[in-house]
Amino acid sequence: MDDVAIIGVGLHPFGRFPGKSAVEMGADAIRLALADAGVEWRDIQVAFGGSYEVDNPDSVVTYLGPTGIPFTNVYNGCATGASSLDMAAKMVSFGAYDLALAVGMDKHPARAFSADSVEYALPAWYGETGHFLTTKYFGMKINRYLHDHDISQETLARVGAKNFRNGSLNPNAFRRQPLTEEQILESRVLNYPLRQFMFCAPDEGAAAVVLCRADQAHRYTSTPVHLRSTVVRTRQLGAFEVHGTWATLPVVDGPTVQASRAAFELAGIGPDEVDVIQLQDTEAGAEVIHMAETGFCAHGEQEQLVAEGATEIGGRLPVNTDGGLMANGEPVGASGLRQIHELTQQLRGRAGERQVPGGPKVGFAQLYGAPGTSGVTIVSL
Amino acid sequence: MARVPIAEGLFTGPDDDPRLIGSACGACDLVVFPAQTHCPGCGGTTAERLLEPRGSLYTWTTQSFPPVAPPYVGDTDPAAFEPFGVGWVQLSDTLMIESRLTVSDPEQLDFGMPVELVLVPLTVDDDGNEVVSFAFRPAS
Repeated sequence: MDDVAIIGVGLHPFGRFPGKSAVEMGADAIRLALADAGVEWRDIQVAFGGSYEVDNPDSVVTYLGPTGIPFTNVYNGCATGASSLDMAAKMVSFGAYDLALAVGMDKHPARAFSADSVEYALPAWYGETGHFLTTKYFGMKINRYLHDHDISQETLARVGAKNFRNGSLNPNAFRRQPLTEEQILESRVLNYPLRQFMFCAPDEGAAAVVLCRADQAHRYTSTPVHLRSTVVRTRQLGAFEVHGTWATLPVVDGPTVQASRAAFELAGIGPDEVDVIQLQDTEAGAEVIHMAETGFCAHGEQEQLVAEGATEIGGRLPVNTDGGLMANGEPVGASGLRQIHELTQQLRGRAGERQVPGGPKVGFAQLYGAPGTSGVTIVSL
Repeated sequence: MARVPIAEGLFTGPDDDPRLIGSACGACDLVVFPAQTHCPGCGGTTAERLLEPRGSLYTWTTQSFPPVAPPYVGDTDPAAFEPFGVGWVQLSDTLMIESRLTVSDPEQLDFGMPVELVLVPLTVDDDGNEVVSFAFRPAS
């Protein structure tokens, strides 16, 4: 795929905004993206809106103007942002429309996600007996991973400290206070070996992206960011995923591995060509695992890479330059588009204090969540 | 106090020698838990299969804060909440299942350790019955 360009991005800060609705935040993000692209709302020909809490993100047209365009609402777990972008991009790629918009918005209560396990094709007893929690899955996955690949809990703390440090440089982040590795390692255990300050939190926010046909991008901007691939994948039999009563052995590669492989192939780009990376860091261990599952290192190399600072903004594999989910929280509908916002700003050289040096040209974003869904996006100048 | 299972068809008993109830595909022999009418591997029809009551611990964690209630039916009062262990238990060369563990102290849990099935009290229902669920405990 080489025929779609990002010409505008907009982001409503992530955090807590009492009295402001998710749809109002979505409208703000769209206005920013439109202004960035230099187009009007009435120019947009097709839109996709992602949210978990808002039934109808397309109600945002009440604030922007009802123009009659096809506007499809999307929910795909933690991969919602990538899914909205994927569909908007394919509409342009197929030649159906020239100008498309993807938006995400959410406003979550300040507690762990909860739902009826039966709606996830899981028995009622799974929830009744205390199994229906995403956090304990992440604890179990990283616990085994640390054991198998000889990675220390200090590496989890280093990843967390790095993401909070990056978040402190990001005016749009939710948590902007840096935390030391010691503070992270001293916070209480929630799901061993994961501690309180290793987790992201649900919060509020919105993000939007304007796409156009690549051959028309020069009309709008001198620095279009090309969408090289967007891929969504779900789990295969044998993958070890969030929420499940059983799994087959041996464990097979999960959806992040499948989506990343497909995205690199589609883009004709290899991991060694990527300059800036956004990974799903639901907790610090997820970032560690995803570094290898996406193909940026071998399993076990993370201990050394993180210790030597390779994933810092100035390192050779900058990961979660805007603080990731840990510093930004996770408004589920918007989270993936926040990643695209950050990659676009980085590639344009507009990331301010957290700018990756050396003029990054290729960016990579990955999402992962329940019940075993991943979305990967690759962009380049 | 009568003992009643958290769900029908989940395990045998309740008694002191419980077995979890899964299903096996008549066509490809894929075993899943709990029982399903159709095989998610090949679409074939299935028959009930009792699972091994002993296995080894593939991975584990602790549940150190009360799960959200509902759906959780156990005690969620932070003062009374007892952390519990959760793990994946390998029951054969091709199957593992998720289960509560009776132990939540990381010092007492290890990868590959032998574990065995037991029933544990979860709550008391409106009729005064003790509701039990399954868990695995360290075995010798």
